[in-house]
Amino acid sequence: MPYQLLRFALNKKYPEPCMFPTPERLKPRYDVVIIGGGGHGLACAYYLARDHGIRNVAVLEKSYIGAGGTGRNTAIVRSNYLTPEGVALYDESVRLFQDLSDDLDLNLFYSRRGHFTLAHSDASLRTMRWRAEVNKHLGVDSEVVDRQFIKAKCPEIDLDCGHNAPVMGALYHPPGAIARHDAVAWGYGRAACQRGVEIHQGTTVTGIRTEGDRVTAVETNRGVIETRCVLSAVAGYTPRITSMVGLRTPITVHPLQACVTEPLKPWLNVIMVSASLHIYVSQSSRGELVMGASLDPYEVHSTRSTLDFVEGLAGHLLELFPFLWDVKLLRQWAGLSDMTPDFSPIMGTTRIDGFLIDAGWGTWGFKATPVSGKTMAWTIAHGRDHDLVKPFRLSRFEEFDLVGEKGAASVGH
Amino acid sequence: MKLLRCPINGLRPIQEFNYGGEYRPMPDPDASTDAQWADYVFNRDGAPGVRLEWWYHLASGVWFLAEHDTARDVFLRTFLFEELGQG
Repeated sequence: MPYQLLRFALNKKYPEPCMFPTPERLKPRYDVVIIGGGGHGLACAYYLARDHGIRNVAVLEKSYIGAGGTGRNTAIVRSNYLTPEGVALYDESVRLFQDLSDDLDLNLFYSRRGHFTLAHSDASLRTMRWRAEVNKHLGVDSEVVDRQFIKAKCPEIDLDCGHNAPVMGALYHPPGAIARHDAVAWGYGRAACQRGVEIHQGTTVTGIRTEGDRVTAVETNRGVIETRCVLSAVAGYTPRITSMVGLRTPITVHPLQACVTEPLKPWLNVIMVSASLHIYVSQSSRGELVMGASLDPYEVHSTRSTLDFVEGLAGHLLELFPFLWDVKLLRQWAGLSDMTPDFSPIMGTTRIDGFLIDAGWGTWGFKATPVSGKTMAWTIAHGRDHDLVKPFRLSRFEEFDLVGEKGAASVGH
Repeated sequence: MKLLRCPINGLRPIQEFNYGGEYRPMPDPDASTDAQWADYVFNRDGAPGVRLEWWYHLASGVWFLAEHDTARDVFLRTFLFEELGQG
């Protein structure tokens, strides 16, 4: 190595950049303990420190940052949902995403693409119209468009889908975007650390102590932490955590698989979704086609991939884009989706004092990262549910007051 | 290919089956409170582990029960509902 370069490498003025300091040991006491170092947990830690001055916060992550759903989703951001409660929540999230790169001082590669949900039947076109009207009423940019419009925005598409399931129209949502999901988690994590939050990776929660109906401590593989406030933000691992405090939830866990192709020159500017063909596809800033399908058909707590999935997905991809026949798949993976019966999250306070939940994020969690962090931080700081969170409280099930979000990615129309 | 043993038709590819959810005994609707009924209707035992599930063989219309380890995705035993409780 040339001397000039070596001198630079050893110069203390230019230390090796480090996103997160690694604290050596856990403190005996924290004001707030957040279980789960994914986007949601780290965002909550960030807003707690930035907006509410609560800095004595530990984020416990059993693996590495963003190892779960945060790094396994297909990174789509949109707000054209079907219920007023859902639209209000996701639209606030889209708003927060707009200046998030500036806010976190990290390029999130947030890229506004326009989001098409294709309708292949009268029934699904009817649902699209319903969604568009709800969206417009709530101020979300969303409309039903015809075949010519789709073809103009995406000339490569075969609108007849090999004559199997001709496209009749689509729901078009111009603000639909994609972002680098790892960057979102890392950005929130770094910004939280800069404000005094501690992130403990490789720290598994083994138990939660309660006295009466109040949380008193969290047991981990690295010792016991006293705390009066615990937030569980662990998505697919939620049932393991809620069983520690004896809380029953409707959550069931299904794997959701995704894959990417080899990088191609940019050709797909939009996000193309077809619920009937069980496929959503977008092109990342690296040129890979990022694709996902519907949930695996039965409950498993495993992130294995299956051949059935790629076989089905590749078949449907070729129906939409026949010219991709010789493109190779690069990788496939699976994440755990924590599904709820009304396709809506479970957020906010619970009957156990000091135990808060941010779960049920199924197939719609990434896009809600900023808003869930912000509203859960508010909920922790004020000790009561934020207005946006109220419709998603856990007790809605015993009150028979479900949300019924049929705009979720996994719902067929 | 993943296989599942139908108690009537033997080992068949998993694509021939539909998952019918966790097996849960129904409480008496007249004797249970709203809270107990809501718990039965909505709440599930979502944690990983061995449990009983309903499965349906599409080709022959057979409903049966399967002991499924959801952590490892291994089916330990399948049997007809009539055999429930007979070990």
